[in-house]
Amino acid sequence: MKLSDKELEIIEILEKDARTPIDVLAKMVDLPVEETEVLVKKLEEAKVIVQYTALIDWRKADGREGVTAMIDVKVTPKRGVGFDEVAERIYRFPEVKSVYLMSGAYDLSVVIEGRSMAEIAQFVSEKLSTLDSVISTTTHFILKKYKHDGIVFDQGDQDRRIVVSP
Amino acid sequence: MKPQTRKKYVSKTVAGLKPSGIRRFFDLASSMDGVISLGVGEPDFVTSWSIREASILSLEQGYTSYTANAGLLELRQEIAAYLRRKFHVDYCPETEIFVTVGASQAIDLALRAIINPGDEVIIVEPSFVAYEPLVVLAGGKPVAVHTSGEDKFQLNPVHLERAITERTKAVIICSPNNPTGTVLSPAELEAIARLAEAYDLLVVADEIYAELTYEGVYMSMAAVSGMRERTILISGFSKGFAMTGWRLGFAAAPEEILQAMLKIHQYAMMCAPTMAQYGALEALRNGERDVVEMRNSYRRRRNYFVASLNEIGLPCHLPGGAFYAFPSIKPTGLTSEQFAERLLIEEKVAVVPGNVFGQSGEGYIRCSYASSLEQLQEAIKRMKRFLARL
Ligand SMILES: Cc1ncc(COP(=O)(O)O)c(C=O)c1O
Repeated sequence: MKLSDKELEIIEILEKDARTPIDVLAKMVDLPVEETEVLVKKLEEAKVIVQYTALIDWRKADGREGVTAMIDVKVTPKRGVGFDEVAERIYRFPEVKSVYLMSGAYDLSVVIEGRSMAEIAQFVSEKLSTLDSVISTTTHFILKKYKHDGIVFDQGDQDRRIVVSP
Repeated sequence: MKPQTRKKYVSKTVAGLKPSGIRRFFDLASSMDGVISLGVGEPDFVTSWSIREASILSLEQGYTSYTANAGLLELRQEIAAYLRRKFHVDYCPETEIFVTVGASQAIDLALRAIINPGDEVIIVEPSFVAYEPLVVLAGGKPVAVHTSGEDKFQLNPVHLERAITERTKAVIICSPNNPTGTVLSPAELEAIARLAEAYDLLVVADEIYAELTYEGVYMSMAAVSGMRERTILISGFSKGFAMTGWRLGFAAAPEEILQAMLKIHQYAMMCAPTMAQYGALEALRNGERDVVEMRNSYRRRRNYFVASLNEIGLPCHLPGGAFYAFPSIKPTGLTSEQFAERLLIEEKVAVVPGNVFGQSGEGYIRCSYASSLEQLQEAIKRMKRFLARL
């Protein structure tokens, strides 16, 4: 779908902060509030804006154990449907957070979250490796997240400027 | 000796310079906690990592000596390419461009290179606070031409012509302007150009905010027909590339004038900081994407902030560039100083009173919107509360 400049501007602002109040958003893009609401609704309905989520630093959420792994998966593509069919078989599992088709040494990059390494190991050996078209898997566990989707987790965003200057 | 007595050693010229009005607010605001400062004249972005990285690399590789007086030739070549690309003006990197310690030094050198004792230099007010003292220090006589909020601080050529005498040597213009954010239109530039030709004047064009122009295509004074000959074009990296602390700018002018400036520079400064020059090289080669992103971010904040000022009862024109809003506080009946001081003390919002930028800034305040959206929202909330109480 071809977006107007205002629509592009709206999604750029909301991608940075989905909670920007509508009146502030309207002023930023220089449109009346009602018109801005209509555009946001339209973008939501067209699924350009798919969802509004929060970026959580889970390390700070005590009492919730969790691990994330990135798995490189090699598969044999199927005639007619290529990689799409096996990708779909994989992304249907709720523990799978993302699936990308990659260029290079392997085919699919799968991100999966679980409560423990054991749980992920179980998923890989029982669910993933056993799929017909899967040739091999290489599992990498994430040890620490420094930056995610453009956001640095431990941001020292203090203002270092002097308070008044010419 | 008493401190008071020691004052006699200070030159009369320096003693005669009026104290900076900004300084007073700086001292006051610095002594308080929880202040939201809209008084900052610099970007709120930290310099892009690729630029910092390039500078760090130059240090690691041991580039720690002087460069040529005029700056790295490579950098001058990039500046020439940048000026051609952005402003459609052609300067020779060997003889017509040099690298300075900020646009600040370039302004100082331009004035020192052209002023004979008693020459008059016209300053369009409200203006950046450094012009007037620098003209005085160079032995010249500053002459103010006023612009007014009713005209959105556009320059009236009739007023400019009225200020010209046979002693007038140059006009300093600044577009986009600090503090008003006003961008000179092609028609105004044309009018200034025709006066400069008619009265044989130079134009010192401070184009430090050129990258931060939000509507239309930026037009440089030097790009106006016939004006390359008469323009000292000054710009730099501080604002557009968020590099204020690097202290790096540049000047471009016809050879005879530029070499005169360089003559002073070679004795007074030798060269601009080397590691900063390596950073600037990266900025010009690969910095465009970040500049565009910063510009978009300022533009959105400008739209929000100016609309909100008007909403809470401080009439403000939509500034075409820089990152300053310059609203009128006349409806409150307070002077700029009273308004700024009470706002700071009562609501902890720091702004700069308009009168420090010249008499025509009285009745206005300068608010920088180079602050996070959350801070701007909070500042608007506090200002609204303040206005309701008056
Ligand atoms: C209009 C104007 N000119 C020049 C300067 C100085 O810039 P630089 O940091 O390049 O010396 C400033 C900085 O505030 C400015 O606002």
